[in-house]
Amino acid sequence: MSYRVYVRVMPRAGLLDPQGQAVEHALATLGFAETGAVRVGRAIELDVRAATRAEAETRAREMCDRLLANPVTEDYSVEVEGA
Amino acid sequence: MQRVAVVRFPGSNCDFDTLRAATRAGAEAVFVWHRDTDLKGADIVILPGGFSYGDYLRAGAIARFSPVMPAVQRHAAEGGAVFGICNGFQILCEAGLLPGALVRNAGLHFVAKPVDLRIDRTDTVFTSEFRLGERIRLPVSHGEGRYVADEPTLAMLEGEGRVVLRYLPPGAGVEPNPNGSVRDIAGICNPSGTVVGIMPHPDRAWADALGSTDGLRFFTSMAAWQPAASGRSP
Repeated sequence: MSYRVYVRVMPRAGLLDPQGQAVEHALATLGFAETGAVRVGRAIELDVRAATRAEAETRAREMCDRLLANPVTEDYSVEVEGA
Repeated sequence: MQRVAVVRFPGSNCDFDTLRAATRAGAEAVFVWHRDTDLKGADIVILPGGFSYGDYLRAGAIARFSPVMPAVQRHAAEGGAVFGICNGFQILCEAGLLPGALVRNAGLHFVAKPVDLRIDRTDTVFTSEFRLGERIRLPVSHGEGRYVADEPTLAMLEGEGRVVLRYLPPGAGVEPNPNGSVRDIAGICNPSGTVVGIMPHPDRAWADALGSTDGLRFFTSMAAWQPAASGRSP
């Protein structure tokens, strides 16, 4: 069975996020004065073949720990679509 | 004569500069391809600057899993010398050979210009020919050069004297920290000073025609290294 997995990688809270700041500034310039605390991360989607949904999630977390996220600077979350 | 392996990844673009700098310093320098699994008998390995694998995902994140990297890890573990310049420094951090990480410059811009630096450690393989506290000027050329690490790691690096190179703070006539690196860190080393990573480019500053010769001594330091004296296992 194949599961669609959505990985979200975000700069760790507390770490300076200059991209988030630049986007926040641009939004304010466009008149979206109600915005704040903008942060910019990365979204990765992938198919994972696995026997169960739990197994797909476990494998995706291993991928995050080894490659998709940098444990020094980033946090990640994993969402598995399907049954 | 020291034998130096310059590792070429797809996207390395300072490989020839680095090879020539090492040769000028009196070392015998050879290229090693990222798919090679041995280091051709090198005493010293240099990971040069560039954009390995297009900097996809994160700078150095994919290069660290290249076929050549287990040999580099073994070489470092056995006391062999490893020098990471710019992208090479990023790869060393991603590979866990040096702590911390290099992230997007605080100002977001790619910076390419000479900066002023201070030598903060001289008992490393690559800085032995400098004076402690000496001020030098080297070019930087990076978009992801802001060094970050958590507080315990920073305290360890400072406590063990492992900050090798620091950007100067702003001042009259100074080209200061160009990227927002924490504690102005421009380069660090492992505890024994055999593995060193720096963001500036000594490979672009080793001849008068290049505007500075301050970079040459990283390579002459390396060429003068006596492995036995540094505790390298036989």
